[in-house]
Amino acid sequence: MRQLAEGLRLDVDWLDYTILALYFAVVLGIGFAARRSVRTSLDFFLAGRSLPAWVTGLAFVAANLGATEILGMAANGAQYGAYTVHWYWIGAIPAMVFLGLVMMPFYYGSKVHSVPEFLLHRFGPSSHLLSSVIFAVSSVLIAGVNLYAMAIVLQALLGWPQWVAIVVAGFFVLAYITLGGLSSAVYNEVLQFFVILAALIPLTVVGLKRVGGWHGLSSSLRHSRGDDFLSAWGGTGIGHGNPLGANWLTITLGLGFVLSFGYWTTNFAEVQRALSAKDLGAARRTPLIAAFPKLLIPLVVVLPGMIALVMEPALGRDGSGLAYNDAIPVLMRDLLPNGVLGLAVTGLLAAFMAGMAANVSSFNTVFTNDIWAAYVRKARPDAYYLATGRRVTAIGVLAGMGTAFIASSFSNIMNYLQTLFSFFNVPLFCVFILGMFWRRATPAAGFWGLLSGTVAAMLNYFWLYKQGVVAIPSDQGANFVSAIVAFAVGAVVTVAVSYATEPKPVESLAGFVYGTRSPEAAAPPAPGDPGDAVWYRRPALLGWGAVVLAAVCYVPFSL
Amino acid sequence: MRGNRKQRRLFDLRLVIGGLFAVYGVIVTAAGIAASDADLEKAQGININLWTGLGMLALGAFFLVWFRLRPQAPPPDPDAGER
Repeated sequence: MRQLAEGLRLDVDWLDYTILALYFAVVLGIGFAARRSVRTSLDFFLAGRSLPAWVTGLAFVAANLGATEILGMAANGAQYGAYTVHWYWIGAIPAMVFLGLVMMPFYYGSKVHSVPEFLLHRFGPSSHLLSSVIFAVSSVLIAGVNLYAMAIVLQALLGWPQWVAIVVAGFFVLAYITLGGLSSAVYNEVLQFFVILAALIPLTVVGLKRVGGWHGLSSSLRHSRGDDFLSAWGGTGIGHGNPLGANWLTITLGLGFVLSFGYWTTNFAEVQRALSAKDLGAARRTPLIAAFPKLLIPLVVVLPGMIALVMEPALGRDGSGLAYNDAIPVLMRDLLPNGVLGLAVTGLLAAFMAGMAANVSSFNTVFTNDIWAAYVRKARPDAYYLATGRRVTAIGVLAGMGTAFIASSFSNIMNYLQTLFSFFNVPLFCVFILGMFWRRATPAAGFWGLLSGTVAAMLNYFWLYKQGVVAIPSDQGANFVSAIVAFAVGAVVTVAVSYATEPKPVESLAGFVYGTRSPEAAAPPAPGDPGDAVWYRRPALLGWGAVVLAAVCYVPFSL
Repeated sequence: MRGNRKQRRLFDLRLVIGGLFAVYGVIVTAAGIAASDADLEKAQGININLWTGLGMLALGAFFLVWFRLRPQAPPPDPDAGER
């Protein structure tokens, strides 16, 4: 993270601020209105498990569509070109489909409140506490980093001092989550999804016109950056050099399998959206519905990044004053008149707030249920945990704001910490998948698998790669390799420790391992929505449809 | 928490999205109708405010019509909720 260039100041007027102010008013309104439906802690933490699939599905994709993601993927588009689509089509869709088709019955069917709670029942307290604490700390940290990133962008675009941006956005997130809990967070995410599209689509349309359509864009990029810039797989043979610093094996295995499955299937900030769905059918459809917009998002994120590179060829070069991260702000400055410009600023701000809110609303759930209620203050009345959840939300937001202020003076440390925490999801996925499909996996194995996988990834990244013991061309490439290492080490350790220790009795695993049924599920299934039988709601069709579409999307970029 | 009280239902999100986009649509369309030459030139000759505004009006109308045609189903038995 770095200062954005001074030259990015937008020419906003009263019209743009009206649009922004309206949005803030609606955000708060949703918080107040959602508050009336919050009676129990379940209402607060999981929206009473009442939401329809289209709401949770769009929230699922929006929780990931934070502004750091939008600016970062546009930056990748400008820096690496068409390789960036790997983060979407191979690095997200298969994992989202796997979550919906394979894992969701375990998550939703076992009625756990959180991803760590699943670990508690499947393995035991040690892995539960380890993952809860790491998740809680990393959520607050990421919320803070997000807030800081927003402060930099708002300073550059609108001239707001950093502390004003941090305090204002922090306050709004605090208000609407404390009031309405997850319902309010999810509703705001869905709204944000549409506002961000309303901002990005005009930007892309005008940008394409400016560079002469797709044809003009591709011929000018071919000319300046070579053919591989517009190809997803060109130059990814093992031993070939390419800007991404990764080959087809590390892309498919590291990004496509390990990193992506780790993120999409075990990151509670995502899974929580599905757990708030009204029934199992809706929960399974949540990531599947999300997969379809996710397929198309590169069109309005990666494409603008490439357009920005044509309009500002100096983007990302030393001395130009513009970093790759400035791709979208540059387009906003140069192409959007007042009105749509206000919409774009609102969309960006909404995306920052929603990204932070996703972290805060999952943090308060894990902290209250998995740390406080499980180990500190057990068996209190429900109202106590509801009140605790609200207090923890406030503490989480304040801690995030504190982190943002710290980040403004030590941004390198923050980058390291983020990398560090990113290595935790991979062994978590490894332990989950073994635990779900292999009854023999033991409580001790869960804990040691998590720990050893995380440590192995860190050793690989910070020692072997950063110290230059093995040569990997880029940070991205090193990330992919570290993830593969984490998965392999986690799997080997989990299996080895399992054979050396006692497994849990099979009865206690009912509903948590493939081939067992939870006692509740043995009863006749709750009457689901009778409409669920229609063909377009069938999970298998939605899931495989998304996978096929992702493969088709690759075709024009692979020839 | 198995309350006997009838649980208050969460309001319908379609109304909020429809309402906000209708208002945004009107504002942005109006800005498009009143677009200056400088605005048009900046947006490469496209009246982007007009088109975006109309698009937002259409999306807002879609949500409001959907809301009217298929109102929220009545809540299931409040005691059927879990815990």
